[in-house]
Amino acid sequence: MNLINTFFNVGVLLDSLPQLLWGLVVTLQIGITSILCGLAAGLFLAVARLYVPAFGQVLIRIYVDIFRSIPLLVLLIIVYYALPFVGIRLSPFLSAVTALSLVSAAYTAEIFRAGIEAIPHGQFEASAALGLSNRHTMVDVILPQAIRIVIPPLTNNCINVLKDTALASVVAMPDLLKQATQAQALAANPTPLIGAAILYVMLLWPMVTIVAKLEKHFSRGKR
Amino acid sequence: MAALISIRGLKKAFGDYTVLHGIDLDIAEGEVVCVIGPSGSGKSTLIRCINRLEPFDPDSTITVDGIKVEQGVALAKVRAEVGMVFQSFNLFPHMTVLSNVMLAPMRVRGTMPAAAEQKARDLLARVGISEQAEKFPAQLSGGQQQRVAIARALAMEPKVLLFDEPTSALDPEMVGEVLDVMRTLAGSGVTMVVVTHEMGFARQVADRVIFMDGGRIVEEGPPAQIFDTPRQERTRGFLRAVLNH
Ligand SMILES: Nc1ncnc2c1ncn2[C@@H]1O[C@H](COP(=O)(O)OP(=O)(O)OP(=O)(O)O)[C@@H](O)[C@H]1O
Ligand SMILES: [Mg+2]
Repeated sequence: MNLINTFFNVGVLLDSLPQLLWGLVVTLQIGITSILCGLAAGLFLAVARLYVPAFGQVLIRIYVDIFRSIPLLVLLIIVYYALPFVGIRLSPFLSAVTALSLVSAAYTAEIFRAGIEAIPHGQFEASAALGLSNRHTMVDVILPQAIRIVIPPLTNNCINVLKDTALASVVAMPDLLKQATQAQALAANPTPLIGAAILYVMLLWPMVTIVAKLEKHFSRGKR
Repeated sequence: MAALISIRGLKKAFGDYTVLHGIDLDIAEGEVVCVIGPSGSGKSTLIRCINRLEPFDPDSTITVDGIKVEQGVALAKVRAEVGMVFQSFNLFPHMTVLSNVMLAPMRVRGTMPAAAEQKARDLLARVGISEQAEKFPAQLSGGQQQRVAIARALAMEPKVLLFDEPTSALDPEMVGEVLDVMRTLAGSGVTMVVVTHEMGFARQVADRVIFMDGGRIVEEGPPAQIFDTPRQERTRGFLRAVLNH
């Protein structure tokens, strides 16, 4: 009974629920903005890599490798605490979105590159032989086929980005985790933390099961 | 009359390995040229240079209908005028047969969808697969897919059609239907360059047969001459091998 009162105190949970839900909204704002920015930038990098001169390809390769190696927390702290020294002062929200987008773009670029490379070379040749421009080749022929391949890993990446939003609490962003720790301090009871964990799981569990389903579906449909 | 396709001193190397050693070839409008030769002799490479799917030595020149085939804006123009049919069909698997045929005219020529659809349906009828228009390529047999690929190439109203072993990936019972379509095209005055192992087709349909070996044109002439009275020993050896096989 004591344990339940400590970790699952219904009164404390109900009191903190509005605060937690606000945190969830902020988490979703950070997450969705970063996912969309990362998606656009990653797709751009993956396609650019096919057409830019060798030097540009090397730069993109370096970008992708660096931002897949750097711990997100380190990057976030650099963006928030170090950039002001060179006059770049970003709000907590923008800092979080910038760090998350930079990393997500790197992963997304790799995912799209693999997806595009999985398309048989004959599709590029048939497009070229018909006189299609690079843009039409991508938009009409290659990407619609690549999308099927990249959806499971992209969904996985979205899950990672949404999880990593929790790091934004480090730069004082009132996201779900931050709200939960504040509510916990206020109530002198850890129940809000449990509530936050449950909200994270409720948000991400469906996505996790969807990825599993998609992966099964696509591996079965493989030709 | 000036040649529709004019190839001068065509050289092509993959790294240090030279595949084409200076090919000279003129192809007239309406002509049907069949290219034969052993595996690795450079037949595919030759026709893939014509629309520059393979880049070639900068000292070589190829012109198609007076346009120089080189990297740049003119290349799109050349490719719009040169249709190609591949051994492995290379249809777009995510589009219906109809969309496969409509895509390039709409995107490259700016044809309106209604007009492109009308044209596509006419072409599909011409290659004998009107009933399959709404299906996806994977639902078709190999022979049907290759006929779609021919319709797709024709939709651009190209000045010349290139074929790279169009029947080699087909089950034997489907070879005939594709060759029939090609025979009809040849009869209707379409300029065609056909790399093929179908000696019967070459003999019957070609205006001129080119025998390649080791990256060179060894012998060329009317089918009767190449098949019945070949002058070069290498031609004789090749024909003996494929015809007795
Ligand atoms: N992308 C490539 N890289 C390196 N070598 C190549 C490449 N493509 C072709 N080759 C080589 O060039 C030579 C000519 O090839 P090509 O495909 O033109 O021959 P082919 O006459 O069409 O033969 P086949 O009847 O087998 O199709 C071969 O020796 C082949 O190995
Ligand atoms: Mg070949």
